[in-house]
Parts: sequence; C-alpha cells; structure tokens
Amino acid sequence: MSESKTADLTSVAMTPRRNSRMGDTLAYWMPKLVLSPTLIIVLVFFYGFILWTGYLSFTNSRMLPSYDFVGWANYVRLFNNERWFVSLRNLAVYSVLFIVICLAIGLSLAILLDQKIRAEGALRTIYLYPMALSFIVTGTVWKWMLNPQVGIEQFVRSLGWETFRFDWLVDPNFSIYTIVVAAVWQSSGFVMALFLAGLRGVDDSIIKAAQIDGASRFMIYTRIIIPSLRPVFFSAFVMLAHIAIKSFDLALALTGGGPGVSSDLPAIFMYQMSFTRNQMGLGAASAMIMLLTVVAILVPYLYSELRTKKHEH
Amino acid sequence: MASLNITNVEKSFGHTHILKGINMDIQDGEFIILVGPSGCGKSTLMNCIAGLEDVTGGQICIEDHDITGVLPKDRDIAMVFQSYALYPNMNVRKNISFALEIRKLPKAEIEREVERVAKLLQIEHLLDRKPGQLSGGQRQRVAMGRALARHPKIYLFDEPLSNLDAKLRVEMRTEIKKLHQRLGTTIVYVTHDQIEAMTLADRIAVMKDGHIQQFGTPQEVYDNPANRFVAGFMGSPSMNFIDTELVNHEGQVCVKLLVMDQLHYLPTPSSERGLLERVGQKVVLGIRPEQITHVIPHYASNPSTFIVKAKIDVIEPTGPDTLVLVKMNEQEVNCRVEPHEAGKPGETMSLMINMSKTVFFDPITGERL
Amino acid sequence: MNTNPNRRYADITGRALLYAALGIMAIYYLLPLALMIVTSFRSMDEIRMGQLIDWPTQLNLDAWRIAWSEAQIGARSERGLQPYFINSMLITLPAVAISTLIGAVNGYVLSFWRFRGSNLFFGLLLFGCFLPFQAILLPHANVLGRMGISGSITGLIFTHVVYGLAFTTLFFRNYYVTLPGELIKAAQLDGAGFWRIFWRIILPLSTPILTVCVIWQFTQVWNDFLFGVTFSDPSSQPVTVGLNNLVNSSTGERRYNVDMAGAIIAALPTLLVYVIAGKYFVRGLTAGSVKG
Repeated sequence: MSESKTADLTSVAMTPRRNSRMGDTLAYWMPKLVLSPTLIIVLVFFYGFILWTGYLSFTNSRMLPSYDFVGWANYVRLFNNERWFVSLRNLAVYSVLFIVICLAIGLSLAILLDQKIRAEGALRTIYLYPMALSFIVTGTVWKWMLNPQVGIEQFVRSLGWETFRFDWLVDPNFSIYTIVVAAVWQSSGFVMALFLAGLRGVDDSIIKAAQIDGASRFMIYTRIIIPSLRPVFFSAFVMLAHIAIKSFDLALALTGGGPGVSSDLPAIFMYQMSFTRNQMGLGAASAMIMLLTVVAILVPYLYSELRTKKHEH
Repeated sequence: MASLNITNVEKSFGHTHILKGINMDIQDGEFIILVGPSGCGKSTLMNCIAGLEDVTGGQICIEDHDITGVLPKDRDIAMVFQSYALYPNMNVRKNISFALEIRKLPKAEIEREVERVAKLLQIEHLLDRKPGQLSGGQRQRVAMGRALARHPKIYLFDEPLSNLDAKLRVEMRTEIKKLHQRLGTTIVYVTHDQIEAMTLADRIAVMKDGHIQQFGTPQEVYDNPANRFVAGFMGSPSMNFIDTELVNHEGQVCVKLLVMDQLHYLPTPSSERGLLERVGQKVVLGIRPEQITHVIPHYASNPSTFIVKAKIDVIEPTGPDTLVLVKMNEQEVNCRVEPHEAGKPGETMSLMINMSKTVFFDPITGERL
Repeated sequence: MNTNPNRRYADITGRALLYAALGIMAIYYLLPLALMIVTSFRSMDEIRMGQLIDWPTQLNLDAWRIAWSEAQIGARSERGLQPYFINSMLITLPAVAISTLIGAVNGYVLSFWRFRGSNLFFGLLLFGCFLPFQAILLPHANVLGRMGISGSITGLIFTHVVYGLAFTTLFFRNYYVTLPGELIKAAQLDGAGFWRIFWRIILPLSTPILTVCVIWQFTQVWNDFLFGVTFSDPSSQPVTVGLNNLVNSSTGERRYNVDMAGAIIAALPTLLVYVIAGKYFVRGLTAGSVKG
C-alpha cells in the first residue's frame, strides 16, 4: 500500500527512439503490451461489470436479464423491504464489532507475545492457523459448538450448572453476534501477526531514547510504539473491512441468515434475490448499495492515508 | 575509449527543468568529474549519457556518432552505481560475465575475461561468492570488475565511493586513479565529495541548478573560480567571503578591512583587472583560509602580504594545521595556522594576509569581477 | 542487574500472568480444532450417549470413510466429498499459478517500467481488492455463459484468475518498489532486455513475495464459496460447496462426526500450507505490503 514512493526516480527512459529499429520498437511497447490483458480485465470485468450491474438495477429483470427500464422502482422496493433493513443493520453491527474486537485482540496478543516469550513460534502458529480455514469450515464447527442442544450450553449444564444459557444461535436478538464470535476467532490471529511484525519493525533507538528519558514500559507502549504502528492499523483495517464485506459464506454456514431473517446480511440478501428468488433487478439494486457503501467508507480513508503519506515524504 | 560530446542537453520532467542546456566536450581518455550539491542535475546528466533517461533536447555524441536516441545496451557504456547494483542472486563470476553472455561471447573468452578482471582487481578468491557475502569494499571492486570486463568506450561512475567508510574510500580513490592511469579510459564520475573531485579529475565540471558553473582543471577551479558558488563549493574549509568596499587609497585600488577597531587598506592584486571602475562600490572579497596564516618572517617582506592583529574567537585543531576563527569587518573569517603558532581563544595574535590570490565577486549576482 | 527480592517476585508473578494469558488464548484458538479432530474419530453411538467434549473410546474411522466416499451429498450419483476435493484441486492449482505469474509480471512493469498512466492503472486495479463481488456477480455469470465456460472448471479458474489479479499485482508491485532501481539500470547497460531482466534478475529475487502470493491465492481460491456456489454446476462444485451441502443435507439424524471429518478434509490442504509455510507468509507479507 505504498503509493507515491520515489515515483519517477526509478522509472526508465521510454519515449520512442528517433533512429530505432524493429526490435527497439518492440522493446518500447513491451511493458504496455504486457499490461494490456490486465487492463482489459480491469476495464471490462471490474468497471464494465459494475456499470452493467448498475444498469440491471434499473430494469425489471427477474430470472433472466431484461432490458425494460423501470427507473428507481427496484431501489424503492428495496428500501421498503423490512428484510433489507435488517440485513443492513446486521452488517453495520457485525463489521464494527468484528473490526474493533479483532484489532483489540490482535494488538494485545502481539504486545504479549513481544515480551521475549518462550515457544513464541508455536504460539504464533496456533493463533494464526484459523486464518487458513474456509469460512464454511469455521461456520460448520461453530454451528455445532453453539447449538444449545449438543454444544457448549449442553456441556456446561452436564457439568452441573443446570441453568446455564448460551443459546445465541437460536435467539433472533443475538444470532448476529454468533457470526462475530466465529469471525473474530478466525481472523484475530492474523491481525496479531501483522501487529507483531509491526512491533518488531519499530526503531530500537527510539525506545532506548524513551527509556533514558525515564518513560515507563506502559508509557513507551502507549505513547511511542502504538502510535508508530499507524500504517499497520491501516493495513489491518483494510484487510478486515475486506473480510467483513465478503462474509457471505460464514453467515450462510453458521446461521443461514436465521432464525428467520434475524442474522441476514446484504450479501445473502443479494444472492437469494438474484439466484433463487428470481428478483434479479432487486438483487442488482442491493449489490449497487453494497458497492456504494464500500466506496463511501474506503475512498475517504484511502484518500486521507495516501495524502498524509505524500506529505511525509 | 572514446571522446564524448554533449551539446545543449536539456531534460525536464513536466514543468521541472533539471538540465538547462549542458555543453561539454570530453577528450578521449579524460577523467571528468561532475560535482555539485544534491539536486543540481549531475546524476540526471549521468543517466542521460547512459541512455537510462531520455533527453528533452540537445545531442550526445560518442566518437562523433550521434547516440542521443540509442538504447542503453547499444551505447557501449558501462556504469558503476552508488549502491553497486550487483545482482544478488548471482555469484561474483556471474555478475561479471552476465553482460558478456548477453553479447554471446564464446565461453572460453568470457572465462579469460573474468580471470583478467579478477586479477586486475584482486578479487580472484571471491569469484564464487554471492554479493551478500562480501564487504562493502569487495562489492565495490566487483562492481568495477563488471564494468571493466566489457571494455566499453566510456565508463560512468555514480558516486561509487560514497557508501564506503572513510579509510576505505581513500584507498579506493587511489586505486581508481591508478586504474585510470593504466587503462587510459574515458571516465565520467559523479561525486559530491570535493576532495575526490580535486584528487581524481583531469577536469572538473561544477554544476548547480541544471547549469555547468565552471568546467576546468582542478587547479583552475580552485584558484580561479568563475563565481562565488564555485569558490564556496570547492575547498574545505570553505573560502572566506568578506563584504567590503573598494577604495582608492594612496593611488592603489584597495579594500577596506576593519580588524579589532583598526582600519586596514589592503591593495588588490594587479592581476584582478576591472576593479578600477568599481572603486567606491561594495564588493565581496574572497580569500582562502590558507592565505591568512601566522606571521612567517620569510614571507612577511613580500609586497602582497600584510600583517593585522586580530582577537581569536575559536580555535579548531585539525592535526596538520589549526583553524583560527577571527572577526574581520564584523564577519567570521577562518585562518589556517601552524598548530604551535595558534594562540588561545580570547588572545590576540598577528596574522599575515596574502592578497596575491584573493578574488572578488559582485555582492548581488555573485559573479566574479 | 537489580536483585531486589520484591522486584524479582513481582517479575515472576508478571511472567506467570503473561504465560497464563497466552495459554488461555491458545486454548481458545485450539479448542474448535481439537473438538473437530476428536469428534471425527468418535462413533455416532458415543456421540448420542455422550458429551460435546469427550475422548473417543476407540479410534473409529467410520466418519472419515463416510465423509470421503460414502455420504450422499445432494442428488449426485458419486458419493462423498472426494469428487469435490478433486474439483477444488483442479481449480486451485492452475488458478494460483496463472494469477501469480501475471501478478508478478504486472508488478514488474508497474515498478520498473512506468509510463504515463501506469500509476492511474495501478489505482484502478487496487480498487479491485475491495470490490464486493456481489457487484459483478450477475454480469459475470452472463459473460461466462457467452464464453461457453459456464458451470465448468475452466470457468471457475478463469473467474479466480480475473478477480485474484488485484491482490497478486499489489503484492508484487509493493515488493518490487523496495528493490533498488539501479539493479534494472545496471542490467540494461549490461544489454539485458525486458524479459531477460525479469527472468534472470527480478524473478530469482522474488522468493519471499512468491511465497506470500502463492499462500494467499491458494487459501483464497481453495476456501472460496461464493464463486463456487454461483458459477458451478454439480459436476464442477468445489469442496466448500460440497461440505456445505453435506452439513445441510436434511435427511435423517445429524451426524456430527461425519460433519467434522468433512470439515477437516475441506480444511486440510490450507492447514498444511499454513503450518509448513506460515512463518514465511507473515514475514513476506510484512516485508511487502505493510511497510509501504
């Protein structure tokens, strides 16, 4: 995520040569030639498709794309749809909790691990491995553990605590939090790894200077080290946001959006409207809203980050 | 080996003009040094010669062939980089032979060439190592070896010694000089170290803001700087610049110098023509520290020397000499004095000023008068 | 050093608390995996009678056999996760190889052969890292159909390559900008051209970021569910879809041991990759993308 770094200093001479031969001309065009397939992909499969989806959202497409223009009708229907609002609210609750908890656990674990711990390598692997799992696997496991009849609730009760309750999975008011629990379990170790690498990268002489100035361990962390991890916070935030927006499979495997529609997410809503309920126009409209949400969050953040970086250099 | 002619070369990135019309004619076998502060365009000029950057205007010729639009690989130029730019994944032998392989030389010849270069630079025992296993000085040698193996027409050195420690830098400097004397190749060498420039160059080009300020032999540049910038840039410690005024005193063109409340009139050297019509105007007197010394009786009778008494502010021993800081015309002036002749701070000492090598600048434009 | 006994006592309790905290977190992360493994070796009889957490009375491999080759998943004629697993392999390996290679070349151009507009191009591409795939799902399905690769393994490989390029290019580009540009200049003066510089100099230096990119792409593609469920037909479904169908096939009693064995089967390749190469992943990732 380094943008404006040493832009033109390393770049190499590349205007057409006056007395160039065939081979030289090819050499001149080669870099552009090599990038062109990706350029086409980006233009067609990224931006072209976004426009296409946008177009579909203004049509009355159902099972198959139709090109009968219906104006804002799909959006009106969308925002009159109770289920859509539930899924939007769920996404907000889920992303905020997921990102904040992951950052908190990740940073704390990294700081704890940074205290010259024995068996650090093994612990790191243990914290990190859930990242390797598919959300479907994670969902499958947690669905079983959180199931009140056979999972943790039943286990604790069998130990003698008869009134113990842990039935979020089947409680419409709490089902969204089970997704947070499982997602945090899966991703927080990865955030820890990012922070740990960041901590190791902090300039030693700054810490020594602070020690000589008489700063306590706590102060060194809160005033010097953690602020200097700003780029890591940025990277971690971006990656977590990416995961949160994509969490379609976890919710599907863990709660299936239920009970009822209580843990529905926009991604599930979109998928079902588009592919199982034959409401393609509505699905496209919901996809566009998702996209706009992402843009609204990421663009200002990316912009400010890249701009401060430019100033620093 | 070849001559290199640079004519009106310009280079700009958008609206930023880096090179603003560079002209240089370099003879076959000359050792040319480009010096200047960072951002003066010397590295850009180097890249333009190599073909790594295109010029926006002008012409570059090697042996009277226009190579302005030719690709770097076809220019027959070798370059030694500041970071050495050794290929980390190849051992020393491969690093040296890479260019020869690309040019499809026969295997036996490549081997012979590697052996020759390795022997020349005394790196035979390093041939099978990777660059990561070498010290800074060894890497530097390999980088030079890579350039030498190609027998190019022109060598470019881009601050090749600036990553070495002080002692090694002096050693390698001598070695580069020996190498040049032995091979007689055309070299263009960029540095910001003016001692390197003085010791190595046949001719020095001092650059600033995309212009060549002066292009001449080291002694010319040192003794006869074209302007105040060149005068200040070459030499360490830097030349003293004293704001003063030209007056006609007892029939001679003199400068006024106030030292310890005593006003002196020091006659300007007769070689500095054109001062007569500036009498009464403000000028900047340029005088190198070694021209202000303790009193040496043998020289004191010389007509161009004058003795003044000054109060010592600070002394800085350097070993062979001691630098004495005094005030003249209310400005700080460095003097170079024998260590045992230097007094203590606060004391007064007699200083001998040699006016024969002084130079004068316009206070506004900085141009030499 | 300070040998004040009070202070040493405080140090020791501090360390003890530290290890306790780290240990508890380790249990939190390990417990689900341990439960998965243990349960997969229990028989259904034990599970019906017993508890969530219990050791198997004997090592029972029935669940593994059923999950791998016997379970009826959906309406397929072939049984078990095996065909899904093979599909995943057939999709993942080419998709990872192709997207990594293109990403490497893209990164090389964007770092060393910049031209007017190349930074704009990089910016456009970067947005692809955050693209919610829902926004391209419908047109992509349409285009796959028109290309005649809808519902096929080829179609899924193509899809993963296209939408993996943003990340692979980002990885390589951010790694390559940390390499000294003088390397390229030296090679140019030595007479090497675009491809020779790439193959002989840049690619041999790319091991750390190649590792990162391959691990990242491997986990992304292997673990993908959205594309797998949207763009496949029953013969080309990947293992994530297979597992989801296995777990949700509503016939009869829930066989948790089979579910868990299936989950482990689906997770095994990526788990192995992480355990073996995980440290290179973190090391390379932080060298490449976090520092910028």
